[in-house]
Amino acid sequence: MDFELNEDQEALAEGVAALCAGRFDIETVRAMATDGLDRRRWTELAETGVFSLTRPESDGGLGMGWADAVVVLEQLGRALVPGPLVATTLVAALIGSGGDDGSEIAEGAAQGTMVVGTQERSPGRCYVEFLPWIDALVISDDEGLWCVDAASLSTAGAAPAAHPLDPLTPVTAVAELPQGRRIADADTAAQWRQCGALLTAALQLGLAAGATDLAVEYAKQREQFGRPIGAFQAVKHRCADMITRVEVLRAAVYAAGTTLDGNGVDDPAHSVAVAKVLASSAAAACGKDSVQVHGGMGYTWEVDAHLYLKRAWVNDHTFGDGDHYAEQLAAGLIGRYQ
Amino acid sequence: MDLCYTEAEEAFRDELRAWLNSVLGDIGPTPADHTDLEARRAYDTSWQRILYDAGYAGIHWPAEFGGRGSTPTEHLIFLEETERAGAPYVGVNFVGQLHAGPTLIAEATPIQQSAHLAPILSGDHVWCQGFSEPGSGSDLASLTTRAFDDGDHYVVTGQKIWTSFAQVADYCELLVRTDPDAPKHRGITWLIMPMDLPGIEIRPIVTALGAGEFAEMFLDEVRIPKVNRVGDHNDGWRVTMVTFAFERGTAFISEIIASQRLLADLAGVARKVTRGSARASDDAEIRRELGRLEAELDALWSLTKRNVSQAQRTGMVGPGGSVFKLAYADARKRMSQLAERILGRAGLAIGDTLDLSELDHVGERIYTLTLTIAAGTSEIQRNIVGERLLGLPKDR
Repeated sequence: MDFELNEDQEALAEGVAALCAGRFDIETVRAMATDGLDRRRWTELAETGVFSLTRPESDGGLGMGWADAVVVLEQLGRALVPGPLVATTLVAALIGSGGDDGSEIAEGAAQGTMVVGTQERSPGRCYVEFLPWIDALVISDDEGLWCVDAASLSTAGAAPAAHPLDPLTPVTAVAELPQGRRIADADTAAQWRQCGALLTAALQLGLAAGATDLAVEYAKQREQFGRPIGAFQAVKHRCADMITRVEVLRAAVYAAGTTLDGNGVDDPAHSVAVAKVLASSAAAACGKDSVQVHGGMGYTWEVDAHLYLKRAWVNDHTFGDGDHYAEQLAAGLIGRYQ
Repeated sequence: MDLCYTEAEEAFRDELRAWLNSVLGDIGPTPADHTDLEARRAYDTSWQRILYDAGYAGIHWPAEFGGRGSTPTEHLIFLEETERAGAPYVGVNFVGQLHAGPTLIAEATPIQQSAHLAPILSGDHVWCQGFSEPGSGSDLASLTTRAFDDGDHYVVTGQKIWTSFAQVADYCELLVRTDPDAPKHRGITWLIMPMDLPGIEIRPIVTALGAGEFAEMFLDEVRIPKVNRVGDHNDGWRVTMVTFAFERGTAFISEIIASQRLLADLAGVARKVTRGSARASDDAEIRRELGRLEAELDALWSLTKRNVSQAQRTGMVGPGGSVFKLAYADARKRMSQLAERILGRAGLAIGDTLDLSELDHVGERIYTLTLTIAAGTSEIQRNIVGERLLGLPKDR
């Protein structure tokens, strides 16, 4: 057993962090709220291997594991990189190049030429994320995965919400999801949901860590009563609670990634549920605490704290929320006594 | 990242399991009367002797000092398997095994080591800890128990508190003030105090749980030979801190496994308890809190493996131990609240929940109060995390 990052994973994390620092600085990221997704920079993510990382080598990908993917997604979350990172990674990872309907999309996703969103099928009106930014939408349900051309949805009278909860997650109300064309079977759809929950939890980990970094830096610099506010225990202890949530969540996310790769001792479904439950509470709690540590400035558009919090809120409702997975874990516990 | 165990680690686990299976049948239950400390000493030390005879004593001690010299991962497996098998706890051997012994290994003279280490491993010597004082809790270095220089002896007068098992201990690791004029960390000396010396008076402290393993210790001109000093005169604070380098992230492994068992039992209780026509397990709030706690304990088990892996690579854990303790104490307190809600009026007595549960959720609810206090309060842990991990400025 060695549950530390290996050298490759450390290099991966550093590489993605450096890419984010250079190409996804916060001004660039914020500009996408009005200008839309920066396709050139999205392609740079692809060129770094972000979307082909977990694509099998036989399909031209890098053939790396989910444990590697969570390390990457954590860094992207930390930098608030917007866009359908999880869906685009999933389509490249789970849809092969073997001539079926989705292969072109998967190929494009891996190379960064196709931006792919996702949505769990539900009846009636629903919000679809990133519709103006994406080329294709993958709808998942119990029967499989279904693909819809994004343009066809956009022209069907759907208009993006003027004020999405997260300014960097545009949402569009769609009257009814079309059936779409089937690109994968029910088993792949189940895998889609499980891996999607894991990668979303990894993004949430990055958001929690980023919100914590932001608060800690501010607490070191901001002075009141003649000293940095981080010297006061009321503030210091809040920061300690933030990093505690981050570290517990990190252990859960890394464990789930490792387990999905077959290098664990737990059941994959269980470990993913654990990660998503903790991600759901930790990311939002760290976002809120980051706002609080910033005081009045934390409630302004200018300070990034609200961006971490709002993204955390959105991600909680992607690939199953905390309550859903808590119910799943409880059912396992209670079921032992039935 | 790899959570799988190596072949050698699995072989160690198999061998240990087989051995536990062969010996545990002959071990009786822990003495029912928690206030009978002599009985507890006899029970705990006889288990220590069994470990010793089988070569499992001092699992984490270096082989040259009689230990098994196991890796941190083997130590984790040992603690996991002994807890899962329901083996006795370290109990009265705690201070000797986990604190005084490692300190002696790091700092004592060969003569002191040969006198004390083997009897700690075999369960012949029980140690207690004379660190805290009524006026020195979180601020331990402010301790005032005074040691005067008298030729080849120190003459010690003062008062110690929270000295668990002092009544049945043979030796005490004692911190004394040898220079009241020096800065507080530089006037402390570390002594081995035999508990049969004249001038030692022990009074039991009854805890909120009604148990009596705590004691306070009054020292009145106790003459301790200078050959019992470990480290230099006035260098006791450093000697004390050295022990923390032995921490390998394994401190709460038994607790985590035991907590998972408690939670599973609580889920069983939730299925039995009915309110009106519904079972407690039909209540979504209760179910989700069960699920969240399951997630937290599972993540804390993963965090333990991270801390142990870090220790395996670097030899240290660092503030990861404080992070763990904060999160663990929080999870356990919430589990206590949940147990209270589920049990309702069946939780009005310690040790008997009207046949609803196998385990003592009521006693645990009281015990859980210690988790944010003992071994560094959560307030102190948050200072450590804030200052050492996050680099926030001190408030002094």
